[in-house]
Amino acid sequence: METLSYRHKAQERAAGSKSLAIIGVVASGNLEVLVERLLPDTECQVDINTAAEGFGAVWEAVVADFVERRSPGGLRLSVNDGGARPDTVALRLAQAVRLIEEEDR
Amino acid sequence: MKSWNAQKTTLAERLADGRRYASGKTIEVVDLPNFLEAVIRPADRVCLEGDNQKQADVLAAALTDVDPAKIHDLHMVQSGVVLPEHLDVFEKGIARRLDYSYSGPQAARVARLLFGGKIELGAVHTYLELFARYFVDLTPNVALIAAVCADRDGNLYTGPNTEDTPTVVEATTFKSGIVVAQVAEIVDRLPRVDIPGDRVHFVVEAKKPFYVEPLFTRDPAAITEAQVLTAMLAIKGLYAPYGIRRLNHGIGFSTAAIELLLPTYGEKLGLKGSVCTHWALNPHPALIPAIESGWVEQIHSFGSEVGMDDYIRARSDIYFTGPDGSLRSNRAFCQVAGLYACDMFIGSTLQIDLQGNSSTVTTSRIAGFGGAPNMGSDARGRRHPSAPWLQAGKEADPDGPPPLRRGRKLVVQIGETFGDKNVPLFVEKLDALTLAEKLNLELAPLMIYADDVTHIVTEEGIANLLLCRDKDEREQAIRGVAGYTDVGRGRDGKMVRRLRERGVIRRPEDLGIDPLDADRSLLAARSIKDLVRWSGGLYAPPSKFRNW
Repeated sequence: METLSYRHKAQERAAGSKSLAIIGVVASGNLEVLVERLLPDTECQVDINTAAEGFGAVWEAVVADFVERRSPGGLRLSVNDGGARPDTVALRLAQAVRLIEEEDR
Repeated sequence: MKSWNAQKTTLAERLADGRRYASGKTIEVVDLPNFLEAVIRPADRVCLEGDNQKQADVLAAALTDVDPAKIHDLHMVQSGVVLPEHLDVFEKGIARRLDYSYSGPQAARVARLLFGGKIELGAVHTYLELFARYFVDLTPNVALIAAVCADRDGNLYTGPNTEDTPTVVEATTFKSGIVVAQVAEIVDRLPRVDIPGDRVHFVVEAKKPFYVEPLFTRDPAAITEAQVLTAMLAIKGLYAPYGIRRLNHGIGFSTAAIELLLPTYGEKLGLKGSVCTHWALNPHPALIPAIESGWVEQIHSFGSEVGMDDYIRARSDIYFTGPDGSLRSNRAFCQVAGLYACDMFIGSTLQIDLQGNSSTVTTSRIAGFGGAPNMGSDARGRRHPSAPWLQAGKEADPDGPPPLRRGRKLVVQIGETFGDKNVPLFVEKLDALTLAEKLNLELAPLMIYADDVTHIVTEEGIANLLLCRDKDEREQAIRGVAGYTDVGRGRDGKMVRRLRERGVIRRPEDLGIDPLDADRSLLAARSIKDLVRWSGGLYAPPSKFRNW
């Protein structure tokens, strides 16, 4: 198991008012993302628990692009990775933000 | 004095030797090894019919039982090296030289035997290329083939999996070779005659069907969101703007996703009737929803697919069928159809380099080619125009005079930037080159040459290589869709931005596609059971695909 953590400045606060959302499943080739509204509006943190070691540079690039494209200010995302491919990771991170931005129903 | 008919004389001798074990044309399975020793001579060229799907498995097993002291140094010339027996004959010293096309399940063992010196490799061919050589310099002396049933005269019914048989028989029998067929049973009257009996010398009643591999069944349940996204990009970014009506699909999950998106996403885009109407394609179960929704006009097939027989029989307006109602496939004709009469080939691969060369060979697996290089190449002999072909030609050579400008077939490589176990699709150097160096091959086994590839589609976008004007642009266009692979992260950001402005690279957002909409709920069928439902119960999936 490898644990990675990335903290970025985010340009904008993530929309919506939900405090927590979860998406995905922990399974081979997939991953689970827990997103919580815990941080100051200009901060974003992504914590990753992964079984596949040695992909640090890839994770770093995926997270940097994610923060730039989605501006997830105020969010802490915790990733439980089952050896997912980077494109799946990027998709799940985006889905997690969309989910927490939805209005409570 | 020189004899001009020595081959006929030899044939007569062999037939006489063989008849000692025959009753009429019929041989018993138990007599097969002795019979084969009687009709085969050392150093013969032998086609042991191993097709992409059907296998002359009983004849293959018998050939491994001949005495290597009597029969040795055989030169095997067959398209598929698929069964363990196909390689056992090399390990036992019965065969020595191999010319073939495809070795899916045996790819790792082929590599080991090559490195161990047990196989002397002629070449790895494409299907059409090997078939062509059957008529020039690799004509079989003996063909051991497979059919469903025979009558007493040796007429053969091949059933839906005709595949390579007519080609193999044509080359062998008309050049004074011997044709031996394994059939499940001998009957009084055949449903139809696929091979006339005067081309078949002996028949073995195997009392069981030949082995068939279900190669073209992709379980929709295993299609990922990234594959759905990539399929959406292909449909909206390629099928729609070029208006692709005549095409061939590879067998991967990305193209299965396209097939399953036609009745949903394709319908929403209003494409029905203007794309995907005519196909050179095996009977893919994943195409059932599109057929049932009225997208498809006709399909010609290389072979059949396990479980599709009743569906095909009930859809003879779509498929080529005989008077008996069952599918008539033909690999050689369908390969020609894919080469000359299709405007697009789209398929997956294992590795793509910085110029766009692609290969499915790795240093431990020599999988061969099959048909993809025929489908995935520009036919230089093509002369008939079509809108997509002319459009692609114009993009490649915008300043050329239109009446003299060749069109181009669209050859599209589709895949996710990372494959199984996070192995990158994009590499600086293909394993095929490393292998060629290791084995001293004059030619690296490339699936598709860079100058034939027109587009690369990944979840990150579409690279249109027709619009690239030099080597650097081409490299950056490829890096620009290579995602987070080393090749992708090594891109020149500025140049990739410029290529995107010119439309050489198109991202999902450039095409009005939100990656978050790439949902499995878009698939017309999300399981094998859904496909059965779409077919009205006519599709009967093999048991390994049933989980209900």
